[in-house]
Amino acid sequence: MKIVIMGCGRVGAQLAGLLDSDGHSVIILDTDAYSFRRLPPDFKGTALVGNGLDQEALKRAGIEEADAFVAVTQGDNRNVMATQIAKHIFRVPRVVCRIYDPLRQELYSTLGLETLSPTTIFAQMLRERLEG
Amino acid sequence: MYIVVVGGGRLGYYLSKALLNEGHEVVILEKNATFCQIINDELGGVCIQGDGCETAILTKVGTGRAEMLIAVTGDDEDNLVACQVAKHKFMVPRTIARIRNPQNEVVFKELGIDVTVSSTNVILEHIQEEVPTHPLTHLLSIRDQGLEVVEIKIPAESSAVGKRVKELPLPKGTRLALVIHQAQKPKVPSADTLIRAEDRVIAITSSEMEEELRNTLRGTWTSPQTDG
Repeated sequence: MKIVIMGCGRVGAQLAGLLDSDGHSVIILDTDAYSFRRLPPDFKGTALVGNGLDQEALKRAGIEEADAFVAVTQGDNRNVMATQIAKHIFRVPRVVCRIYDPLRQELYSTLGLETLSPTTIFAQMLRERLEG
Repeated sequence: MYIVVVGGGRLGYYLSKALLNEGHEVVILEKNATFCQIINDELGGVCIQGDGCETAILTKVGTGRAEMLIAVTGDDEDNLVACQVAKHKFMVPRTIARIRNPQNEVVFKELGIDVTVSSTNVILEHIQEEVPTHPLTHLLSIRDQGLEVVEIKIPAESSAVGKRVKELPLPKGTRLALVIHQAQKPKVPSADTLIRAEDRVIAITSSEMEEELRNTLRGTWTSPQTDG
């Protein structure tokens, strides 16, 4: 699969490394080149400086041929907007979006976006750990 | 009308001031405490500190009964989300977003925002208007009809110079609304109005025909019919 990841923070970098070692073709975008230091040294994919809200940058990242798009920047709204661009403008078949705010996550999942809220997931995990 | 304004920067402040003067009920949501304080000192307690993208704060200010939400923060993504939350969670009938990156106009429209105002484009147009050689200025777009009101300056070398309005091969659906000849009073042109060099023409056209209209009024061409 060809996968575009927006945001090279801890999660983005780790995900890029995992997908890359699974043999996928990975392109990771970040506005700050310094964040690419987080990528594993044996990363064979492409790291590209650019803003995932900018359609030109997305095109440069090959969004038009991408099979999947993942938005994991720090900003919920940025993730939401980029994911919607990928889904509705570039018709990427599979898009996944991280939204910290559980209420916003709920809303956008009812609007048909595939979303994950680390807040909800992690709170549940902690509860299970403590209660179980 | 009850209107929720998201973003209490300069734009949010002046917009709210104008809306309040028109007698509307306005609440401003602004994240920054200092900005909130300034607005409340100036306009009376209309500003509430909070993130206009968050459901909790939108519920608190009664967004459900708002007839309009206007998002004017400096970040396109925040304006998009504020409008989408208002629209889908609170069923606000009309949402207006300010956008900075003109590219996003298409995106926002596709994503269901009712009206977008591109501050960058608006400023660009106004500046270009003041450049004397600027060939075509957009004065207004009537978006739901796909119509544009434009101003075109007629250069001396244009084939339109010396022609009457009826002799111009105007594109379909285009109307000339006004012809302004130098310092004279603007005239509503008739079929016999003469087009002269340096005239300014205000025309109503569709977005698709704009280029053709520009060629008709500014380009060189030969009359479509023999001796017109």
